[in-house]
Amino acid sequence: MTTNHSSPPDGAPKPRLVVIGNGMAGIRAVEELLDRAPGLYDISVFGAEPRVNYNRIMLSPLLSGEKTFDQIVINDRDWYSDNGITLYAGDAVEMIDRQRQVVIATSGLECPYDRLLIATGSMPIVIPIPGARLPGVVTFRDVDDVDAMLAASAKGGHAVVIGGGLLGLEAAVGLKARGMDVTVLHLAGHLMERQLDASAGHLLAKELERRGLSVLTAADTAAILGESHVTGVALKDGRELPADLVVMAVGIRPDTRLAAAAGLEVGRGILVDDHMVTNDPAIMAVGECVQHRGSCYGLVQPLFEMAKVLADHLAGRKGAGYAGSVTSTKLKVTGVDVFSAGDFSGGPGTEDIVFRDAGRGIYKRIVLEEGRIKGAVLYGDTGDGGWYFQLLKAGEDVSPLRDTLIFGQGFAPSEGGAANPTAAVAALPDTAEICGCNGVCKGTIVKAINEKGLTTLDAVKACTKASASCGSCTGLVEGLLAHTLGGDYQAAGVKPMCKCTDHDHDSVRRLIRVQGLKSIPDVMQALEWKTPDGCHSCRPALNYYLLASWPGEYVDHAASRFVNERVHANIQKDGTYSVVPRMWGGLTNASELRAIADVVEKFDIPTVKVTGGQRIDLLGVKKDDLPAVWADLNAAGMVSGHAYGKSLRTVKTCVGSDWCRFGTQKSLEVGVNLERMTWGSWTPHKFKMAVSGCPRNCAEATIKDFGVIATDGGFDLLVGGNGGIKLRGTDLLAKVTTEEEVQEYCAAFMQLYREEAHYLERTAPWIERVGLDFVKARVVDDAENRRALHERFLASQRHAQVDPWAERAPGTAAAARDFRTLATVE
Amino acid sequence: MHRPLDWKDIGQLTDIPVQGARRVEHPAGRIAVFRTIDDQVFALRDECPHKKGPLSEGIVHGHAVTCPLHNWVIDLATGEATGPDEGCTGHIPVRVEGGRVLLGLVG
Repeated sequence: MTTNHSSPPDGAPKPRLVVIGNGMAGIRAVEELLDRAPGLYDISVFGAEPRVNYNRIMLSPLLSGEKTFDQIVINDRDWYSDNGITLYAGDAVEMIDRQRQVVIATSGLECPYDRLLIATGSMPIVIPIPGARLPGVVTFRDVDDVDAMLAASAKGGHAVVIGGGLLGLEAAVGLKARGMDVTVLHLAGHLMERQLDASAGHLLAKELERRGLSVLTAADTAAILGESHVTGVALKDGRELPADLVVMAVGIRPDTRLAAAAGLEVGRGILVDDHMVTNDPAIMAVGECVQHRGSCYGLVQPLFEMAKVLADHLAGRKGAGYAGSVTSTKLKVTGVDVFSAGDFSGGPGTEDIVFRDAGRGIYKRIVLEEGRIKGAVLYGDTGDGGWYFQLLKAGEDVSPLRDTLIFGQGFAPSEGGAANPTAAVAALPDTAEICGCNGVCKGTIVKAINEKGLTTLDAVKACTKASASCGSCTGLVEGLLAHTLGGDYQAAGVKPMCKCTDHDHDSVRRLIRVQGLKSIPDVMQALEWKTPDGCHSCRPALNYYLLASWPGEYVDHAASRFVNERVHANIQKDGTYSVVPRMWGGLTNASELRAIADVVEKFDIPTVKVTGGQRIDLLGVKKDDLPAVWADLNAAGMVSGHAYGKSLRTVKTCVGSDWCRFGTQKSLEVGVNLERMTWGSWTPHKFKMAVSGCPRNCAEATIKDFGVIATDGGFDLLVGGNGGIKLRGTDLLAKVTTEEEVQEYCAAFMQLYREEAHYLERTAPWIERVGLDFVKARVVDDAENRRALHERFLASQRHAQVDPWAERAPGTAAAARDFRTLATVE
Repeated sequence: MHRPLDWKDIGQLTDIPVQGARRVEHPAGRIAVFRTIDDQVFALRDECPHKKGPLSEGIVHGHAVTCPLHNWVIDLATGEATGPDEGCTGHIPVRVEGGRVLLGLVG
């Protein structure tokens, strides 16, 4: 073993701490320990998963596509090495030898310990029914499970989720977002029966059904059907459901296998005392694998509380110990607000206060016992969840608040007569917990805002971790910012472009036109910019607004463009670039493919990939090679594909009536012509199009900025779709009959977007902001205005349609200045 | 031990675009040389302290550059990350003499 990184000054070796489990509890305990006593232990961590520590409660957004794996990583490899921690990822511990004080891993590696921390978490429960081990049956516990679900959902079809609790519903909504038909089977009479009462469970089922999921309650699974792969699910009442994927999410059970095999005392979980120590004083346990005072926990907040207590113990501080946790839960499904805390089963001696608003889909129920809050269930409006939870944990007598309690904190009588959210946050004591996931209290956040000069939600997240996990306390954190900064805090709504100015995007755009401002220095002078030359946020925006306002007149300012638009290629994480040649409508031919193949070999390009927009992406090109790569592609007749720009990206097509037996129109020709008209245009954000030759919509036009679906009688024109982080289907803009109209409407819509949207605002949020009627009034209802927009678009294009690759050919001044290394020194 | 700096001529001031940067290859790692709006020149190791992004490709504003990978803002004079981010990349002494740019490298 070579885990000794350094020794204390007196030469004595440090005690060795071995952590089994690289998950949220184990690593949080290590973080807390490093906070208290850095360098006290020589730390090794074993993780069964071959990856760094990530935020397991973010698996749902990972599944739905709202987050990427990188975004849910808590500690990257540098963190381990920076803190002298040896990480064995992908090498699970097989055995604990308490006699010799060593752990033995799958690889045969033996690692001695002075202190051992077991943080093995929990295992998903697999119900023992026929077919439970068939391929196509997965659980929902780690990144591998998510990968398996994503692979299955890529083929579409039916998914059956067994279990209508927190995890099952998050899996179901995620799979629905990935395009599967989803049925939720739940044994109990209503969804999430451990967290919700019947009324809230009913509202939740209705909402999920409205979103296209099927919910079957009181559904007892008898068997999973299939020979070599799952094909369906049979219920005990005789019903059968088709299934290509089955997700078992019926619960978790503490993983006590290692501890039990080592002879430690185990009940449902590993038994620990108030300092998280097992019956072997050298061995501690933390997280979902433990049983403390008879309770096992499956939520993140108790784990983090345990981690603090354990770190105190390891650092030699004798704290009060862990007294158990009162928990609250929140469903992490975008747009469905559900909160519950405490015991809401009711019963003798308890009273209910209930509020319902059917129109807005709101249900709130507070359970009181002897004047104190015992439980709370909120559906549809969960803003006051934190407040109720605070009152519940404090065990405060709420009788004085009773009349207005159900309306929330904003209506609670208080010294300052608090009647708004900011005042409500102000009224909280410094010790009030704001972020339950990360255990951050109000005082910590206020201190960070004051001492580090924080002004934004993101800055607070970065510094304190508050609202950085599940995000449900975002409103409270914003309230704290508003309260602490007073008038200096700009909440959502009308807000300045950036810290360099007080003007918002709309006012800057308007003043550029009205005052005839024609350069970035002019704008900054006239509008009293507060910095000498702006920042990375406002300069690209100003460059775009000037370009869009004064086509042909304004000279593009390269130094105000993001690197991709400056070097006309897409920067990658290692500083190399990707190159995507334009293929009109996704069409290519032998000579283009041959030229691409030659370029790949000549420049030793490591990765060649087909993109979602029907293009070929050459990845890993060195910056110095870019002009020469482009020259070869130019020679074969290809130009820049603008895959890197806030600009027209691609027009995706299906083959349409040229080849397809279902095609009704020449979608290829329409797509190629649209791309010929619009290529080279700069837009507020990227702009994608698609043309489908029939309503089967193989080109996926319904998630594009501008989509065309051919019908027997003409074309449906669709706008504002987005297949990215937030899925949005298009709105129907108009139905037209000729290709000329398709072109005119497309150009007019693009020009309106170019003139009206904020920089970095996609068409989807733009239309959400201004409303579809705003767009229709200008593009559809007013033919004269449409023609004028179309005309302005074409005028702008006369200056924009220049191939940037050809402009930077080898031998030009631009190629030398922008791509070559300035000097090499010894 | 303090060794004198070895001043290396890397080119003309005008070779570097205003509000821009150029790269210089060095055995110890690539160096980014920046020219700001007020015609001052700075040099940093061409590696963001966050994820090693190429600072030479960032947008230069005031006496700072924004890393193109994740928008960390690095102070050109010190190499320190600004705002809530913490980290530092090495900075290299620079002189401009007679329109030539000289880097002060440890000999």
